[in-house]
Amino acid sequence: MKTAVVVFPGSNCDRDVAVAVEEIFGTKPIMLWHRETALPKIDLVILPGGFSYGDYLRSGAMAAQSPIMQAVKAKAAGGLPVLGICNGFQILTEAGLLPGALMRNRGLKFINRVVTTRVETSQSIYTSRYEAGQVVSIPIAHADGCYYADNATLDRLEAQGQVAFRYVDAAGNATEAANPNGSARNIAGLFNETKTVLGYMPHPERVVDPLFGGTDGRPLFESLIGALS
Amino acid sequence: MTAVYTKEITAEIVAQHGLTSEEYARCCTIMGRAPNLTELGVFSVMWSEHCSYKSSKVHLKTLPITGPKVICGPGENAGVIDIGDGQTAIFKIESHNHPSFIEPYQGAATGVGGILRDVFTMGARPIANLNALRFGSPDHAKTRHLVAGVVSGIGGYGNCVGVPTVGGETEFHPSYNGNILVNAMTVGLADADKIFYSAAAGPGNPVIYVGAKTGRDGIHGATMASAEFDQDSEAKRPTVQVGDPFTEKLLIEACLELMAGDAIVAIQDMGAAGLTSSSVEMAGKGGLGIELDLSQVPVRETGMVPYEIMLSESQERMLMILKPGREPEAKRIFDKWELDFAVIGKVTETGHLVLKFKGETVADLPVGPLVTQAPEYKRPWEPTPPRPETVTVAAPANLAATLRKLIACPDIASKRWIWDQYDKTVMGDTIQQPGGDAALMRVHGTKKGLALVTDCTPRYCVADPKRGGAQAVAETWRNITATGATPIAITDNMNFGNPEKPLIMGQFVGCIEGMREACLALDYPVVSGNVSLYNETNGQAILPTPVIGGVGLIDDVAKAVDTRLKGPGHVLLLVGATKGHLGASLYLREIEGREEGAPPPVDLAAERRNGDFVRAQILAGRVSACHDVADGGVLVTLAEMAMSGRMGATLEPLPAGLPAHAFYFGEDQGRYILATSQADAVLGAAAAADVPIIRLGIAGGDTLTAPGLGAIPVRELIGLNEAWLPEYMAADD
Repeated sequence: MKTAVVVFPGSNCDRDVAVAVEEIFGTKPIMLWHRETALPKIDLVILPGGFSYGDYLRSGAMAAQSPIMQAVKAKAAGGLPVLGICNGFQILTEAGLLPGALMRNRGLKFINRVVTTRVETSQSIYTSRYEAGQVVSIPIAHADGCYYADNATLDRLEAQGQVAFRYVDAAGNATEAANPNGSARNIAGLFNETKTVLGYMPHPERVVDPLFGGTDGRPLFESLIGALS
Repeated sequence: MTAVYTKEITAEIVAQHGLTSEEYARCCTIMGRAPNLTELGVFSVMWSEHCSYKSSKVHLKTLPITGPKVICGPGENAGVIDIGDGQTAIFKIESHNHPSFIEPYQGAATGVGGILRDVFTMGARPIANLNALRFGSPDHAKTRHLVAGVVSGIGGYGNCVGVPTVGGETEFHPSYNGNILVNAMTVGLADADKIFYSAAAGPGNPVIYVGAKTGRDGIHGATMASAEFDQDSEAKRPTVQVGDPFTEKLLIEACLELMAGDAIVAIQDMGAAGLTSSSVEMAGKGGLGIELDLSQVPVRETGMVPYEIMLSESQERMLMILKPGREPEAKRIFDKWELDFAVIGKVTETGHLVLKFKGETVADLPVGPLVTQAPEYKRPWEPTPPRPETVTVAAPANLAATLRKLIACPDIASKRWIWDQYDKTVMGDTIQQPGGDAALMRVHGTKKGLALVTDCTPRYCVADPKRGGAQAVAETWRNITATGATPIAITDNMNFGNPEKPLIMGQFVGCIEGMREACLALDYPVVSGNVSLYNETNGQAILPTPVIGGVGLIDDVAKAVDTRLKGPGHVLLLVGATKGHLGASLYLREIEGREEGAPPPVDLAAERRNGDFVRAQILAGRVSACHDVADGGVLVTLAEMAMSGRMGATLEPLPAGLPAHAFYFGEDQGRYILATSQADAVLGAAAAADVPIIRLGIAGGDTLTAPGLGAIPVRELIGLNEAWLPEYMAADD
């Protein structure tokens, strides 16, 4: 299984996700510089977390205009799986690969802490190794994670099963208190219509080893192996 | 030669540059004439307290700086220690106190940026940031605003560059009302054969400027850091630099990419005093000259003159000397990262710093004398009058109420509100996060770990500077030991008031003496550091605050322990002698409102014996949790272990001979609380090693239960501990 991780100026979780991918997939990913204009033959593209272009203008806005993203958009339209983590999710919305926008957290501050998110469906290439309804502990680390879309869009996303993960309490309830950043309907992760593109604000690559706070991120990568190799 | 004044360089101009008339006369002697304004600017920043260490050098020289694991001690951009397998840890702490008081966000942010550069300049990839913060009284009108700005600045910079902020300390005291302390520490990793130094070499080699463009920000920042504050200090806001962490991130990646090859001869970041100090230091260390054409320096404003270009403290800039002919490959890397790259001069044999601008020579200074003849003062000092060793402290009416109050007081209260704003886990190597004794970071790709900590107890230092200095060193040693790691070396950040006042200078001298004794006794040398003096506003000095940043190594991170109680039924043991010392304690200050008495004695032989014993027990796998006993004594330490583990504990009857409050809240040094399922083995080993140890009780349940205390639910303690800071920050002024 061949994976590529895109490196933008200011990406800073590119190494973290490459380490997780290599450990779980058993193969090193290709690191793709943002100025590349074509993708090699791969099964999965990952847009990593970080502060591409320093989050200047808007998080993800400049990265979405980079040469590599034109190639990613073209291949995504043909069904190539694209996983955007944190800043990668922001880039996906800015690039129009996912609807809506990620705005400044409700509390206006950067937040890094472990939250709980609920897996909304196990019917996808990203979530098949989770149970639907499973609650996973996973860290967030962002200032702009408040998901926004208008109500009609949100209704459509729900109806089409595009909500991948929601912020919930330990018992699995999507409460206001469990929503760390004010996201609409507690959305933490979102699919495109074909569920080949996933944007996820938390960092699954940081929880793949019990020594570093848990393994709840592993099934996401293991689902991909099952689906793509 | 006496001072020569000219139309351009008047006595007033000299005074504005912070030089005394004697120091100015020395400039004239070195120059053989009156300097011009650009040259005077160079002298003023190089001879500022901040760059020259003129008041402190004579004392700093007494600190131990060598050891079997020290690869590079003080004098370079950062200290370097051997961590085995051809790997090194490179680290330093630095203050950004004055700028952070004036403009908290940018002051703190650029403090982080500056210390990161000190570390990656030497070839290390930064892997962790820590900090030590001191704010004024929570009741002071500016405190809330300063806390918010500083925390957000530290996070804003560190989060963006993608280096985790993993540890630190935050305390409050009225002596910092007008002078907060923001000390930032960075730790990096480099291979031992890939360390870069700053000494210029090879006459004819090109001098390269890389990074961000030069603007007018930060001019005279080093001079500002070398004077007292008064009510007009707000007007100094324009001298605070503005940080751009995005550019810093690109600079880290570009420098490390170039460093993977062999094109670099020497490299130095442009920190305080910018292009001036970087070029002077590189030439001075190499015993050579440097000629710069300032017209080639990338600038972001028009009309900048040589004086401004030389004194600008614009951030995210580096100066490098390359091997001849290697410019194209270096330029390709900086072009890739979209950073400025300019050949601005060359190394010469003249021993002079020669500055040209638009074809004319605008400054010509002999580097040797500029560096070696910098003023050095043996300032007069007076010792701090000793305080009584014993203080009379009546028993509190209600022990439970006392514990509740201590656990919620500003210095003990949880700092989660702060560290939730820091990315603590980026880079994927963070094992122990803030809230324990020391942060624990895996050395990427290995089983090894680095234990990292910052600490200082200023209330001890003001009461007895020597004891306080020794205690600060010993406490970091203890924090590292409590994880199972072996302490290796420290970096120090000496924050004091005006050294021209004998009592303040005496605090400095005393703290250094105590630190020296502790470093020697614990084989724990100083490898880097920073001095911040003149932390006074309107004559009111801060508490003496020699912050120590400690680094330790553990060979296998799987053997490390943390502070969390986790085994119900595990026996709690107290290691180290308990005498119930309440002088200068947190209890005395918070409960009785008294800042009195001598601090607890620091018995360095006992410290070492107890610590070596605890570490051996941890590495033998006999310990499930460990916490050193510090502020607030045994009961607060135990409450912290219970809160972090979300598990209660029950104490047995107290040993006879001490009042309960002295046993519970006394701050005798060299102590640890261990939880173990192998109590007999640990007790036996302690007896064999002649280590004082007593059985305290048993972990388990959901309350903290102790004689005289009753039972307090752990959940309630957590609530009290977590509530103070968020409530304080949410309140209106």
